[in-house]
Amino acid sequence: MDQGTAENIYHGYLKYTGRKILIILLTFLLSVVLGVYAVNAGSADLSPAQVLLTLLGEGDERLNVIIWNIRLPRIAAAFIAGIGLSVAGCVMQNLLQNPLASPSTLGVSQGAAFGAAVAIIALGAGSLQSTSADAVVINSPYLVSAAAFMGAMLTTITVLMLARLRGVTPEAMILAGVAVGSLFSAATVVLQYFASDVQVASLVFWTFGDIGRASWGEIKIMAFVVGIFFLYFMANRWNYNAVDGGEETAKSLGVNVERIRILGMFGASLITAVIVSFLGIISFIGLLGPQIMRRLLGGDHRFLIPASAVMGGFLLLASDTIARTIIAPVVLPVGAVTSFMGAPLFLYLLTRGNSRR
Amino acid sequence: MILSVDGIEFSYNGRPVLRDIKFSVNRGEVLSILGNNGAGKTTLLRCINRILKPKRGTVLIDGNDLFSLSSREIARRVGYAAQRHEGGRITVFDAVLLGRKPHIGWEASEKDLEIVREVLASLSLEDLSLRYLDELSGGELQRVIIARALAQEPRVLLLDEPTSSLDLKNQYEVMKIVKDAAEERRIAVVLVMHDLNLALRFADRFLFLKDGTIYDCGGLEVMTPENISAVYGISVAVEKLGDIPVVVPL
Repeated sequence: MDQGTAENIYHGYLKYTGRKILIILLTFLLSVVLGVYAVNAGSADLSPAQVLLTLLGEGDERLNVIIWNIRLPRIAAAFIAGIGLSVAGCVMQNLLQNPLASPSTLGVSQGAAFGAAVAIIALGAGSLQSTSADAVVINSPYLVSAAAFMGAMLTTITVLMLARLRGVTPEAMILAGVAVGSLFSAATVVLQYFASDVQVASLVFWTFGDIGRASWGEIKIMAFVVGIFFLYFMANRWNYNAVDGGEETAKSLGVNVERIRILGMFGASLITAVIVSFLGIISFIGLLGPQIMRRLLGGDHRFLIPASAVMGGFLLLASDTIARTIIAPVVLPVGAVTSFMGAPLFLYLLTRGNSRR
Repeated sequence: MILSVDGIEFSYNGRPVLRDIKFSVNRGEVLSILGNNGAGKTTLLRCINRILKPKRGTVLIDGNDLFSLSSREIARRVGYAAQRHEGGRITVFDAVLLGRKPHIGWEASEKDLEIVREVLASLSLEDLSLRYLDELSGGELQRVIIARALAQEPRVLLLDEPTSSLDLKNQYEVMKIVKDAAEERRIAVVLVMHDLNLALRFADRFLFLKDGTIYDCGGLEVMTPENISAVYGISVAVEKLGDIPVVVPL
């Protein structure tokens, strides 16, 4: 082989992977810029100077509260939850070999909603609030979060166990997920039927995802879970690439497909369960983040996983900033914004899709 | 002797699929498994690299018992090109790099990239190295799949119908690549093939599989009209066209 060609392949490939890293860094940079904008944007009119002073610890009492207790947690929560949902979607799409796989495919969201319904309706965790800011309030947010988390994990474990019975194939998992998901939806409807107006309103309110619910304590938990499983997913990136080559190919490369499928789905579900139980249901991030990056960077999980992460963080932060500012001082539920922006964007991606997935 | 298979028996849901399979392949040799649909050809391939677990029997590679090894260690010794493989949105380079997976710890090393480079060059895939798999033609994709299996640096290469979806020119090109790889890399190749003429042209030895067991196995001498008729249930003539043996259904 002549040396010139060899060098060319090598440099061509390094240039190609370098371009992927560049895109990931640019997306991250864009998120930082957006984060700076988001700290400055809001119903309390603050000048960038005031914001800067507060961040440096020179702000007064009022500024400290607004920046440190309201705006910064919100930005951090949006970014971390976006990372988590997007990475979870990325891994699910790979492990189920289905471009539309997302937390709702396995019934995780429905399970969480059912858990919340039990807490609000059966355990009386929600009621009317007298102020006009929010029509309803959740009396015991921790009870609702805990119940939602249990609902989500109950679904996940049921689906994974059912799938084990029939062999851990993508089809078995999707079918089990759809079945268990509808079962939980039905159970939620039955609960709602016997609930009071106020309880139903509380549940609907909870169901809308809202980033503002997270305080630093919850953000730390989310960051911990997302961080752990991000590392786990990254450690398995070669395995996920092998699964993309087909199940048999993966096995012939020494990959224990069933095992990484069960563990990966468990991790993705756990991430989603934690986020959904703290923030409510936020759709489309888990689809959009990975799908956008798959089109920009291709399907190599060495790059796709971190790329999906930053894109998910960026998207959710952008959605939340829009939700806060578009008809300020009213704050829209971020779940509505992600769906509103996500659905058309998703259709656009589909119509001009340059790949089969 | 690089690969030796002895007494392989495999059942699926209690129904025996393979019985008493025994053969061996030498370094640099291509063995073609022949037989009707459902005779157990693909099952046999999958038993050799342990995608399926045979009920009994042994597979030795260079004298080592394959079934005592981990799946990762098996993947370092046996390369496999499945009948069906997904295109997907990864580049040719990355697809071949995936063949290094059994050797890679956390990240691909210089050596891994170097091996990919060498395999790409030897299969004339350099110009395609940054193309996405879903942009390739069938023949190109098949070459990439074989390149990936070769990047595993296997002692034994298993190919399941490597030419089944290819046009005439690509069939011969792919088989030439396989034959050359066997000789140059001194590895054993076991492939499943439906085209008897292609098998005659490129395989050194032939294994007739009928109803899950070996009907006959050997060199050119076993490619008789009687054997082929008995295994495939159709009468044929085996003639010579110049120097080239051909099978013609009657």
